[in-house]
Amino acid sequence: MAEISHSLASRSAKARAGIFGDIRAALKPMRTEGAAATVVDDRIARHPRNLVPARANLPQPEQVALFIAKATEVMTSVERVASASDVPKAIADYLKGKNLAPELRLAPDPRLSAIPWDRQPTLALTSGHARDRDATSVTGAVAGIAETGTLMMMSGPGAPITLNFMPDNHIVIMDPSRIVGSYEDGWDVARTRDGGAMPRAVNFITGPSRTADIEQQLQLGAHGPRNLHIILVDQLDRGDQGPSESDGSSA
Amino acid sequence: MHPTSHDFKDNARRALDDVHLQTVMGVFRGGFVDKRKRAMERLPEFDQLRDQARDLKNHILENLDHYLERFEAKVVENGGQVHWCRTPAEARETVLELCRAADAKTVSKGKSMVAEEIGLNDYLEEHGVVPIETDLGEYIIQLRREPPSHIIVPAIHLTKGDVADTFREHHTDLKPDRNLGEARDLVNEARAVLRQKFIAADVGITGANFLIAETGSTVIVTNEGNGDLTQCLPRVHIVVTGLEKVVPTLEDASTLIRLLARSATGQEMSCYTTFSTGPRRAGDLDGPEQFHVVLVDNGRTSLLGTEFHEVLRCIRCGACMNHCPVYNAIGGHAYGWVYPGPIGSVLDPALIGLAEAHHLPNASTFCGRCEAVCPVHIPLPNMMRQWRFRESEQKLSPPALRYGLGFWGFFATKPALYHFGTGIAMTVLGLLGRAKGRFRSLPGAKGWTDTRDMPAPEGGTFQQRWAQRQRKAG
Amino acid sequence: MTEKPTKPRVGLFVTCLIDMFRPTVGFAAVKLLEDAGCSVEVPRGQTCCGQPGWNNGDRADAEALARQTITAFEGLDYLVIPSGSCGGMIKVHYPKMFEADPVWGPRAKALADRTWELVSFLVEVLGVEAVAARYDGTVTYHDSCHGLREMGIKDGPRTLLRSVGGLSLTELPGAEDCCGFGGTFCVKYPEISTQMVENKAAAIVGTGADTMLAGDLGCLLNMAGRLKRNGSGVKVRHVAEVLAGMTGEVAPIGDPTGR
Repeated sequence: MAEISHSLASRSAKARAGIFGDIRAALKPMRTEGAAATVVDDRIARHPRNLVPARANLPQPEQVALFIAKATEVMTSVERVASASDVPKAIADYLKGKNLAPELRLAPDPRLSAIPWDRQPTLALTSGHARDRDATSVTGAVAGIAETGTLMMMSGPGAPITLNFMPDNHIVIMDPSRIVGSYEDGWDVARTRDGGAMPRAVNFITGPSRTADIEQQLQLGAHGPRNLHIILVDQLDRGDQGPSESDGSSA
Repeated sequence: MHPTSHDFKDNARRALDDVHLQTVMGVFRGGFVDKRKRAMERLPEFDQLRDQARDLKNHILENLDHYLERFEAKVVENGGQVHWCRTPAEARETVLELCRAADAKTVSKGKSMVAEEIGLNDYLEEHGVVPIETDLGEYIIQLRREPPSHIIVPAIHLTKGDVADTFREHHTDLKPDRNLGEARDLVNEARAVLRQKFIAADVGITGANFLIAETGSTVIVTNEGNGDLTQCLPRVHIVVTGLEKVVPTLEDASTLIRLLARSATGQEMSCYTTFSTGPRRAGDLDGPEQFHVVLVDNGRTSLLGTEFHEVLRCIRCGACMNHCPVYNAIGGHAYGWVYPGPIGSVLDPALIGLAEAHHLPNASTFCGRCEAVCPVHIPLPNMMRQWRFRESEQKLSPPALRYGLGFWGFFATKPALYHFGTGIAMTVLGLLGRAKGRFRSLPGAKGWTDTRDMPAPEGGTFQQRWAQRQRKAG
Repeated sequence: MTEKPTKPRVGLFVTCLIDMFRPTVGFAAVKLLEDAGCSVEVPRGQTCCGQPGWNNGDRADAEALARQTITAFEGLDYLVIPSGSCGGMIKVHYPKMFEADPVWGPRAKALADRTWELVSFLVEVLGVEAVAARYDGTVTYHDSCHGLREMGIKDGPRTLLRSVGGLSLTELPGAEDCCGFGGTFCVKYPEISTQMVENKAAAIVGTGADTMLAGDLGCLLNMAGRLKRNGSGVKVRHVAEVLAGMTGEVAPIGDPTGR
């Protein structure tokens, strides 16, 4: 890492002192000093929920239905298959239907490598982060969030985030048991993984990339994927380290 | 960006005479308004969330120093760095120095209003670093060397024909006779051109919608995915943002996120909401090697505790301008600086001075729609009124207006004189206007009668007639 | 009710514009209030509510006029006003103006609590559901901004208008969009104001209604002025004139009086 110059650091320190001095002087008449820091630490430690829309508060099977409905609204396509062994055919059919080459760039995720890809020998697989020419990526997801049909992705060795953004087509393989109601439920899942450490990147993805910057006309695939396809795989998480709750304990 | 807010009147006149702009604004008008309304109707808790967001933001502002300290500590703990800047000059220099330390030739940029505020692009370019805007709208206006005309749809003032002309002029290595007739063609071309820029960039610069004290994360919300490619492909990620963006926790950010897209575009959720926490970790296959957060004050702390304190709640959704009849009539460029519309009319005088921007808080009918739709209940009209008080105190308002108000105040605080004077005046005007019922011109009322008739008074005042009635009854 | 209550004493704030330009609206308000069982007084100490100064940097004169108005209406049960804008000034802004004033603050608050816009007062306080008026025509209604957003006036005028015999109400597209009057705005930025009122005039004509109503005279003068300049035959009136059945007493706003 390049050395950051001394002048930059000292300018920042000087500005910081000025900023904090001004903030404290301005806020002094508005608060009782001493109490504030405790309130702040407490709020961060407890991270209480604010109002969570009733929409998100459903039994799990209905959350799955809401997730599918909401994802479909934002032009994500969703299908559901019975087991991991159905995934290769589902993907091959999807690619054929869109007239796409049978080439996949896979996230180096053990759950994905456990899929019996050899059932579709026509699929050409490579694994790793995304490269410019990769047309279709396949990744997992940490959770699905029903309230808006949102996928929650977390970066890590098995989840390079370039796969979420560079290819034209993004296929996500997820056990429907990972679908939760709200963003807050998603954060609860996140806090059980890796001892609650925040990964470098958390991506909430709600539909394929889009823009309406030209005459307010909606166009898909502005910079990220034009197609976002979710395959819900029942029992996908059974047999490996299990659904998200147990990820933390196995880490 | 060099402000032209002092020329607001001429800017507005030009905008109104610009047939091309008026056509585009005609298309814009109402689109986001209807979409926001539908999104609101689909979330019964919307108004409760707005109240909570207001209270949350108030809590943050009252504890701003503490939350900023917690945020900074977390960024550092995660291997990132925080750089504090008081002025636009300090912020520009800091970013340039970070770019130079990374030996950067080109930088890709996600959309950032704070970068506009500090004039970052011109400065980098002058110093040999090429910035490339990657939000489609920002890219288009960068090629055209224009400022944004809206904080979330920066090229709203252009048609697809304008964009096609711009691309033909600048993308000279592509076939001149290619088809650019549809928005789809333009999006595809921009995607292909910009993809190579993303890959070549040494540094990626984004703004931030939120900063999270709990985790030291910066959050960006986009629809295109450009902000994500900007931060996951280059070696260095620099976040440039205002220090008022800090929120306590992930839960608190979630509340504001529920309001942001619904208020802005009427989407329930933008496509990409990304929480970035430090540089790439051991074992990661992608992501930046360095993570810098440049926190810009630029006058924000000077608003704390003043009559403009609450404007720091703003989450930059743009709903106020989408719903503003003045913005809808003249577009964003007429405001003459970075933030147009009602939020600009309150912020710009604070950031570039009232002498430069005194027109902006006056260019409102106080119709109140901005406040009515603001997701954090900022009392924008009242703040514009506060600027008008200051303008009057500093004698920046037109003398004719000040004398006129002074006369009215003198006259109207003497009811007997007032009733006598208005009685005579209205009797005379009533007689003069009686035949036609209106005046086509009136001395001293040119601003009105140039484009409107002035309806004539009935003749005599209510008070005169009421006194007659009382006398008869008595 | 076991005994007939005494009539509420209502002070009418007539507003400077109505006082000067359209006294009939004041008398329409008096009639509606008296018909609904009120005793109406018009304090002589009233002139202007002070909004022009308040909205244009002249705090001293705005405060002087506010104190004058507060004093003039003390001792009355209600202040009723045929304008949402001046009503909002008294109800919303007077208390803000004197927020930190230990003497005038409580007096401003007390007046604000007793202040009502005319139509809301009839519907919400007096429980009026119908008026005994007739108007043969198709009317459309513009929601003036301050009445709508500061005073919450939306359904009241529509409810009462539907009770007027012979009247058919057609909704105005963009009824909640500002007409471009904005007090001094219309002369400070006449070109922008014109564009806004032109949009409004086009929407009004587009409804096909023969009559255009609203509850604020400033907006009405602006809209009538533009409609007349455009040569439109749409008749423009204050909503109280129609509700009081007093349209025979005065020509529409901007039309020849013919008296």
